Amino acid sequence: MQGFAVALQPANLLWCFVGVVLGTVVGILPGLGPPATIAMLLPLTFLMNPAAAMIMLAGIYYGAKYGGSTTSILLNVPGESASVVTCLDGYAMARKGRAGAALGIAAIASFIAGTVGVLGLMLVAPPLAKVALAFSAPEYFALMALGLAMVVLLAGRSMLKALLAMLVGLWLAGIGTDPFSTTSRFTFGHLELLSGIDFVVVAIGLFALGEVLASMEGRAEAQSLPVPKGLRNLLPTLQDLKDCRFAFLNGSVLGFLIGVLPGAGSTIASFISYGVEKAVSRRPQEFGKGVAEGVAAPEGANNSETGGALVPLLTLGIPGSGTTAVLLAALVLWGFKPGPLFISENSALFWGLVASMYIGNIMLLVLNLPLVPLFAQVLRTPGFVLYPAILGISIVGVYSVSGSLFDVALLVAFGLLGYLMRKLDYPAAPLVLGLVLGGGMERALRQSLMMSQGDLSILATRPISAVMLSFALLILLIPLFNKLNAWRLQALE
Amino acid sequence: MKPKRFGGADFWSGLALAALAGYIIVQASGWDYMGPDGPGAGFFPLWYGVAMAGLSAALVISSVLRGEGERVDWRGAGRAFALWFALAVSVAAFKLVGFVVGFAALSFFVVAVMYRRRLPVAAAVAVALAGGFYLLFPVLLGVNLP
Repeated sequence: MQGFAVALQPANLLWCFVGVVLGTVVGILPGLGPPATIAMLLPLTFLMNPAAAMIMLAGIYYGAKYGGSTTSILLNVPGESASVVTCLDGYAMARKGRAGAALGIAAIASFIAGTVGVLGLMLVAPPLAKVALAFSAPEYFALMALGLAMVVLLAGRSMLKALLAMLVGLWLAGIGTDPFSTTSRFTFGHLELLSGIDFVVVAIGLFALGEVLASMEGRAEAQSLPVPKGLRNLLPTLQDLKDCRFAFLNGSVLGFLIGVLPGAGSTIASFISYGVEKAVSRRPQEFGKGVAEGVAAPEGANNSETGGALVPLLTLGIPGSGTTAVLLAALVLWGFKPGPLFISENSALFWGLVASMYIGNIMLLVLNLPLVPLFAQVLRTPGFVLYPAILGISIVGVYSVSGSLFDVALLVAFGLLGYLMRKLDYPAAPLVLGLVLGGGMERALRQSLMMSQGDLSILATRPISAVMLSFALLILLIPLFNKLNAWRLQALE
Repeated sequence: MKPKRFGGADFWSGLALAALAGYIIVQASGWDYMGPDGPGAGFFPLWYGVAMAGLSAALVISSVLRGEGERVDWRGAGRAFALWFALAVSVAAFKLVGFVVGFAALSFFVVAVMYRRRLPVAAAVAVALAGGFYLLFPVLLGVNLP
């Protein structure tokens, strides 16, 4: 109650609203995800009291996450890494004229999952923090392997091509300076590649530019996306909400639990949540073609991860993600010390933050749900205006991350790759998955082998990693079993 | 018996990936595989390079065994490549003329050539988009343009 008393003060409510609006507007720009948005707007908070500042930053965080989803659904431009999965079914729904329904599902899933995340933070923060401490390099490797195993569920028609795309993603992740030995790998002599290739460059190139190029193929007039007509397509229907009930739960719980693990991030949470949802769905073959659950699960995971990421930050002083690292910097600047005593010594701030996250969540829903039909009208924009705008947004988004024209040139190259992958029927999502997880996976594997003096059995002898690796193996083998079973049945006939 | 056909999309893309795999393996072989402190820089690339080589070989072989397989529809690809080329040229020109002029030229190309709108319409859209980007990003949001 103390927290709500703090958060419901009119001035703090106003700051929360400002944060949500600013976060949504800036989050729409590809490349400017929550960490960059919060870092950019952090100086604004120096003149505010810490409680109001944290409340505004919480609003910015949620707003930026939702802004990223909007461009994923309407334009196939992922606003940040965790929004890539939303492109798969969100944009497909938009292509069917159901952009409004997709945006509404994203907003509702975000609200439900954000609420679960806040409840989790309130109720289980200290014991969960202890579990997070049990995670070491072998467990992180196993988690990444589990994430990569999801490639099976992102495969589309050809498992072989999906695996090859994933391996290309692993290769792209390895470009740059090896963190352990400082050897430069696959840089082709370019100094700009020493720091590797930014995820944003690849994702926007493959998805957004690839889509624009593909749209140019036919007669220009036929290529614009259908504008949603009728309430059924402007907002989610009751049937959509019913279809998504497990997805809301799946996204909320998985996102929160994975968010608790420092470094795991919302990207892996959204991929795993999507994979699980597809695995348990009664219509898995429809995923990727525009099903509401394919939006609800990753969007939910993306948002409940917020609450999870705050657990190690506030209880142990360990930032769980890029955004929480910026929040940690903010707390230290204001003279606080996140750690085991933070909650007891700064209970007003902690509970005020928890309450403001909940209020920010409500504000996001109240602000954005009525705007969904308005956002969907973006699709009325004629193609000859919309597609150059998408190209411009993509270029500016990439440039805003690194300030490098070299990255913009890479963007153009990946745009061509994205187009060719579409033509040759190679799925892009596994490549992105390999890129996102490859670096962390290699680091974790090498650290594990250093710990065990080169003995791989460390991965099987630690219980948490053994369980996760077993799941990963099972997920990889299930399609093989299904195929063998199908051949056996065919042979019997 | 259906004649086997070389040259399908899977065949050529498989070969390209096999070439990439070969490059990765050759490069990785030049780095440390295992050092005194644990796996070296070549450890992980070597393994995924070998996996890529195996899978791309499987793709090539399966495309040959399948015969013709599905054809890729390359109609309209010329328009896509034309846009891509225009995009590449405009990005290359950013260093000389800046984003606003380069992007305006790209937008003009899209509207006038790809969408075959009248020249005044193309010019108006190009100016409006470029101007809009300039107002929104450096002026309002303080985000630098290329």
